[in-house]
Amino acid sequence: MSTPLEQFQHDAAQVAGDGDQRQFLRSSLSGYVTTRRGTQGRFQDYTSARAAAAEIKWNAIENLDKLLPQFADNLEARGVKVHWCRNGDDARKAILGVIHAHGAKSIVKSKCMTTEEIHLNELLENEGFEVVESDLGEFIVQLRGEAPYHFVFPAMHLKRGAINKLFKEKLKSADTDDPEQLTMIAREVLRQKYLDADVGISGANFGVAETGMISITENEGNARLTTAMPKVHIAVMGIEKVIPKLDDLALLLPLLATAGTGQHLTGYNSQLGGPRQAGEVDGPEEMHVVLLDNHRTRLLADQEQRDALRCIRCGACLNVCPIFKNVGGHTYGTTYQGPIGSVITPHLRGLSSWKHLSDSSSLCGACTETCPVQIDLHHHLLRNRRNSAQKQGGVLESLQMRIFSFVMRRPWLYGLGGKLGRIGHVLSRPIQGTKLDPLYKWRATRDFPDPAAKTFKEQWKERRR
Amino acid sequence: MSDHREAILGRVREALRRPTDPHVRSTSAPATSEPRAWLPAGGDTHDDRVALFAEWSDKLKTSFITVADESQAAGELARIAAEEGWTSVGVHTDPLVQACTGQLTVSQLSTDGGYDPAELEKCDAGITACDALVAQTGSVVLTTASAGGRALSVLPPHHVAIARRDQLLPDLPSAYELLRQRYAAAWPSFMTIISGPSRTGDIERILVLGAHGPKKLTVILVG
Repeated sequence: MSTPLEQFQHDAAQVAGDGDQRQFLRSSLSGYVTTRRGTQGRFQDYTSARAAAAEIKWNAIENLDKLLPQFADNLEARGVKVHWCRNGDDARKAILGVIHAHGAKSIVKSKCMTTEEIHLNELLENEGFEVVESDLGEFIVQLRGEAPYHFVFPAMHLKRGAINKLFKEKLKSADTDDPEQLTMIAREVLRQKYLDADVGISGANFGVAETGMISITENEGNARLTTAMPKVHIAVMGIEKVIPKLDDLALLLPLLATAGTGQHLTGYNSQLGGPRQAGEVDGPEEMHVVLLDNHRTRLLADQEQRDALRCIRCGACLNVCPIFKNVGGHTYGTTYQGPIGSVITPHLRGLSSWKHLSDSSSLCGACTETCPVQIDLHHHLLRNRRNSAQKQGGVLESLQMRIFSFVMRRPWLYGLGGKLGRIGHVLSRPIQGTKLDPLYKWRATRDFPDPAAKTFKEQWKERRR
Repeated sequence: MSDHREAILGRVREALRRPTDPHVRSTSAPATSEPRAWLPAGGDTHDDRVALFAEWSDKLKTSFITVADESQAAGELARIAAEEGWTSVGVHTDPLVQACTGQLTVSQLSTDGGYDPAELEKCDAGITACDALVAQTGSVVLTTASAGGRALSVLPPHHVAIARRDQLLPDLPSAYELLRQRYAAAWPSFMTIISGPSRTGDIERILVLGAHGPKKLTVILVG
C-alpha cells in the first residue's frame, strides 16, 4: 500500500500531465472568478464585511465552551435529540442507532462533507441500506463510486459527455449531451427517493446558539426536500459551525454565497429548529443533531492555528489556488481539498503522513487574500512545515544543509562547483530527459535553464577593469 | 447509548485554557458595527425597493409581477393557470391567498391539517403567502407558519408567492428583525430565504433551473 505522499505524487503527476483536463479546470475556475468579482462589487464595503465576519467567527471559536451547550440546550428544548460524538466511530454508531430504531430501509442525503469525513455512505451501504445522495454533483460522483472532487462543486472535473455515459450505463437513460436534460434525468430519479425515504440526512453550514437552529445553504432544493419529506431528519455538524446569533446570518449568508459560488445569495438558505411543532402541517416527526468533534478540539488547542476553525467551507481558496488548478481535487486524497484542506488535514489525520500537502504550495497568498473570514492560510501552511521539521527534522535534509553551508563558506569550492556544473551540463546533453539523467526528476516536466556564458564573478571582474 | 457531552466540552474548555496567540489574532475591526453599511444596498424608498427587487428577479429568473389590488392578482393567477394548463394547485389558508385564488377554476389541495405528499407532488403549482420580500437580494422569506408548511413551496414545479406592499423590506437585517419580532416567543421549525427558482450549476457550471425544487418562481406584489 502506498503512503499518502506517494499517492499524492503519483496522482499529481498524472493530472498535471493531462493538458485537456487542466484546460477544462482552468476555464471553469476563471468563469467563477469573473462572476465573483461582479458580485463582490455590489457590497458597499466588502473589506469591512469580511473583517466583521472574521470577528463573528473568532468570537464563536473562542467562546465555543459557552456556545456549544447553549446551542444544544436550545435544540433539546424544541424536541431535538443531540448526539455528542468524539469521533467518527461515535457518530457512525449514533446515526446507525437512529436508523435501526426506526426500522428504516432507504435513506436520502443532501450534501454533507462531515459525513464524507466519517465515511458514512460506505458504512450504511455495507449494512444493507439504500443511500442516495440528492445533490446533483454528489449524485454523479456517488454513481461513479468516487469522492467529491471539490467540496463545493463535487463533479466539476466531469464533462457532460462523461455524465451522459454514466447515466446511460447506470440509469438506462436516453442519450443526451444537454446539461438541462441530464439534470432532469437526475431530478426524476431523485424525486421518488425523497417521497420513499424513511430517513433524511443533511449537513449544516451554521448552528445558531441563540435560537437552537441549524442553517443550510443550497441551490437545488434537495436539502429542503430531504429535510421536509422523510419521517426522520438527522443533521451532522462539526462543532466549529456554531455562531452566536441568528442575525449574524444576515452577514454570513451573503458572504458565503459571494465567496463560494459568486452568487449574491444562494437559492435557498433555510434555518431549521426541530421536528414538526404543534400546529404545523408537515416536517419530520423526529430531528437529530449529530455534533462531531473528530479532532477539531485538537486544532482548537493549537494557539496559533485555531483560527482555521473559522472556515465556512465556501471553497474560495481552492478556486484561486495554483496547486489545485494543476493537480485537481482527487489528488489531495482528503475530505477537504485545496489550501484549507492542506492546513487542517494534518490536524485531523496526523502531521507526519499529511505534511506533504503543506509542502505542495506556491505560498503565493492568493488563498489568504480571497478567504471571506480572513484565515491566514498561507502562513498556516508555513507553520505546518515548521512544525513537521521540528518534529522530525530529516537526516538527509540536515546533511544537505551541512554540505551547502560548507560549500558556501568556501568561495573557491563554490567557484569550482560552478565550473564543473557547466561541464556537466554540456556532457549530460545526450542523456537529457532519459532516466540516466541525474536531474531526471526535474527535467521530466521542466526545462533546466542553460547556465550563463559567464558567471557573475567573472562579469564583475571584467567590469571593474 | 453513551453520551459524550462532558467529554467533548471538557476538551473544548481544556483547549481554550490556552489563550489565542496574539500574533495571529486579527484585530482589524470594521469602521462601524452596522452591517447595513457594508452589505449591498437595500433601497431607501418603496419605489427603490420595487426597482431593486425587479432587477434581481430578472437576474435570478424569477417572474415578478406588481398589481394594484387583489382582484388584479387573481386575474394574473388565472392567466398563468390558463397559459400553463394547470389542473390542480396546492394552497393553504391565508386571507391573501384565498382572495387571489378565488377565480381559479382548477382543483385545489389545501395543506392545512396535513396532506398526502403524493397528491401534492402532482399539483402544477403551490401558491403561498410569505413573511417578507427582500429587495437587497430579490428573495422571498417564508416559514412553516406563513406558507402552509415546508413542502408546499418546494414540491410542486411552480411556486407562486404572494406578498402585500408593506411586506417588501430593504435588506436581510430587516428580514431577521421581522422574524424575531414575529416569532421569538415560539419559533416555527422551518424558515427559509428563497432567491429564485431551484437551480444547479453542477454540470460544467451551466445554469439549469428546476434541479429538484420548482422550475418556476412567480412573485406577486399586491398594492
